[in-house]
Amino acid sequence: MSLNESASAIFSESPGKIALRTLARDKRSWISLSILGTIILLALFAPLYAHVIAKTDPFASTLNATITLHGKTVSVLEPSTTGLGLGVTPIGPTWDIHKYFLGADGQGRDVMARLLYGGRNTLFIGTSAGLITIILSLLIGMIAGYRRGWVDAVLSRILDVIWAFPVYLLAISLSVVLLTSGLKIGFLHFGPGSMALPITIIGVVYIPYVARPIRGQVLAMREREFVRAAVGTGAKHSTIVFREILPNVMPAVLVFIPIMIALSMLTESALSFLSIGVQPPSASWGTIINDGLALLYTRPVVALAPGLMIVLTAAALNLYGDAVRDALDPKTRARGD
Amino acid sequence: MRRSLIIKSMLTAGALALSVVASSTSSAAGTGMVPFDSAKAGGTLKLVAQAAAGTLDPKVNYTGQFWQLYQATYDGLLGFKYADGAGSFEIVPDLATALPVQSNGGKTLTFTLRSGIKFSNGAPVTVADVKASFERIFKVSSPTAGSFYNGIVGAAACLSKPATCKLDKGVVVNAAKNTVVINLVAPDEAILSKLAVPHAAINPASSPAKDAGTAPIPTTGPYMFKSYDPNKLLVMVRNPFFKEWSHDAQPAAYSDQIDYQFGLTPTAQVTAVQNNQANWVYDPIPADRLNEIGTKYATQAHVNPLTAMWYLPMNVNIAPFNNVKARQAVNYALDRAAMVKIFGGSQLAAPVCSFLPPNFPGHVDYCGYTKGATPAKPAKAWAAPDLALAKKLVKDSGTAGQPVAVVVSDDDVNKQMGVYVQSVLNSIGYKATVKPISANIQFTYIQNTKNKVQISVSQWYQDYPAASDFLNVLLGCASFTPNSDASINMSGYCNKAFDAKMQKTLALAVTDKAAADKSWGQLDQEVMADAPVAVAFTPKQLDFISSGTKNYHFSLQFKMFVSQLQTK
Repeated sequence: MSLNESASAIFSESPGKIALRTLARDKRSWISLSILGTIILLALFAPLYAHVIAKTDPFASTLNATITLHGKTVSVLEPSTTGLGLGVTPIGPTWDIHKYFLGADGQGRDVMARLLYGGRNTLFIGTSAGLITIILSLLIGMIAGYRRGWVDAVLSRILDVIWAFPVYLLAISLSVVLLTSGLKIGFLHFGPGSMALPITIIGVVYIPYVARPIRGQVLAMREREFVRAAVGTGAKHSTIVFREILPNVMPAVLVFIPIMIALSMLTESALSFLSIGVQPPSASWGTIINDGLALLYTRPVVALAPGLMIVLTAAALNLYGDAVRDALDPKTRARGD
Repeated sequence: MRRSLIIKSMLTAGALALSVVASSTSSAAGTGMVPFDSAKAGGTLKLVAQAAAGTLDPKVNYTGQFWQLYQATYDGLLGFKYADGAGSFEIVPDLATALPVQSNGGKTLTFTLRSGIKFSNGAPVTVADVKASFERIFKVSSPTAGSFYNGIVGAAACLSKPATCKLDKGVVVNAAKNTVVINLVAPDEAILSKLAVPHAAINPASSPAKDAGTAPIPTTGPYMFKSYDPNKLLVMVRNPFFKEWSHDAQPAAYSDQIDYQFGLTPTAQVTAVQNNQANWVYDPIPADRLNEIGTKYATQAHVNPLTAMWYLPMNVNIAPFNNVKARQAVNYALDRAAMVKIFGGSQLAAPVCSFLPPNFPGHVDYCGYTKGATPAKPAKAWAAPDLALAKKLVKDSGTAGQPVAVVVSDDDVNKQMGVYVQSVLNSIGYKATVKPISANIQFTYIQNTKNKVQISVSQWYQDYPAASDFLNVLLGCASFTPNSDASINMSGYCNKAFDAKMQKTLALAVTDKAAADKSWGQLDQEVMADAPVAVAFTPKQLDFISSGTKNYHFSLQFKMFVSQLQTK
């Protein structure tokens, strides 16, 4: 394609299509999507693995269970027979997909099955909380930036108050209180062990980090010529917001999505690690790391496996976020990066 | 008491068949401490724990963690002998010059106070301090006020109006003769033991009439408390006014200072001891370190028997455990062997389901909650859980599907126990959650009815070797105080008929101990049919000390003697 043809093709396409095409050509997006797709697929197949392949209940303690391994009957939790005979060690990785592939935890539960179920919870909470953050931030940022005046002042101060607390301190404080008593808002009632609690907590604590940049963009956008022109032609507020401002804010929002999902996922893991996120017997990668902490010396794989999954998922999301950012940035495209 | 053991005198404990086994270095049972060797004195002893044990007040604190320290800091009129093994059951005169002269059919005990002993603030110990100390038991609502000391004349009024407690007729002192006369309403076979535990320690009359909290109260023993931050550190230094008056009751201590550091995870504690950065681990050793300790560090590990139990108090006053079938279901469903595994295996614990532990006065080998048995037709020992029957009982009780929160301490072992119990409860039809709470407050939290605790995981270590210390203390009406942190009857179980039988047995024990022990055994089975608790297993004590720590002694009374450890 000649330079002229290329330029003509670019100018005849919408920015969205150009971005998608750029994204499709970016190796980073394919690598990250492949990793994410595999992890999501594995997590979705958790019940299949647990109930059909491994035939185990990942949420029930089976401390006295035995399995047949290489023709021998082996205890899932094996008492020590050396020295003073102290201690009981969970079975290690068998590398047999049908029984304790990654070994057992301190309750005799299949680590692989819990890892897959844990992935479902971690990804679900991370994605839900990330999307809550994005949606509420977009709403608050748009209202504050567009209405300005006292509305902006009130919303900005509320964001400042939330921002004033270190994010983990705030999340931990809210979790400790809400996980003890539950949360009741009108007719909505979330019990102490409800998954909705970590989702809500994580979704809320990150709002200022997204809402403030969006507000700034909207404030700047409001002074741009095309918005002034729309105001001058007597366009309705809704038309100005949805037709003129929102499309121009969306690239930034799209870049935020994978980053916020990754951040929310990491926060969920941290809270669960501290026993104030997902509650037992449910699993998340954070709770499995917590379980594995007591087995670091004898069965490090219990903590390492979910840790590896968190690293892979967070890295893939961040990599995808970078690719989206570059695809939506005309300057980067012009440089041919 | 929680994680402690206090056992009454061997003189009266004829039934004691407690076996001292498995200690890798314990010296012969019954031997006292060797004479103090000043050449080995000095240095700082470093103890480590995940959390402190709450208040420092010896009249209020009821945990083994601090009672172990009180042995080297506070003294009563009587004390338990500093001796290895079963020798520590012997009651010896401490601040008193001799064992009491008993008269009036055992209802009057006359002591003579030693002269010349001073508190760590320099003030002399007087008979006025003795009287004030007994009154303070009631003024601060000591957890054992209603169970140990309610037999003192005037105690009934003190229990109903603690703030104005006066024991003018119960504790009669004569400053000129330096004597103390304790009058009881009725003879009490365990009174000498009760006078030897820390709640009966003699403190200055000027001590506050409320829980002193983190403020140290002057001591009489070789150490005094210098500072206490429950989140960081407890520092004990030598009491400048201490001079050994009885090697049996309160021998001189070796280390110049004891630093008790809080906030280390159990695994960090073990590593610190392995690296000689600390001398001793308080918390249960994490499961994944036990094998390493049992093999590579076997010479530094000391395993000793305990008369104690891990159990699950169930609140009989709120759902679902206000239904006896629901409580029985939990008893049937518990796989006690599984809980033993969590605790560290069969070398460290054994499954039981009777209330009185094995080798304890009154204990009968029975289990009404094992497969194939019923409380009416019990088996000899626990063998296996009966999940099918447990599920049926839950269904019959109409409590299936109800939410249940299991309150546990937040250390590794307790949390694992909580998760296991949650799994069991879910498997029999409840919607269970686990609520881990800082070990600093869990023990008092689960006692207070305001917190509406349904079920918890707790431990009980004997105060003295009498069945009453388990049954009467833990399930007696006098030990149940609603809305109080000091309500050791955590189940809130107050069965008037059962309580009357216990009082009758207590009276019987004064004249016929064998008959009383038989009666306690029957009462054990009777109360367990009502299942206010589920007993899980009886533990052993594993002490792990650093290679540089010498002179380890373990008594069945005090556990490890902190004051006798040498670091030089």
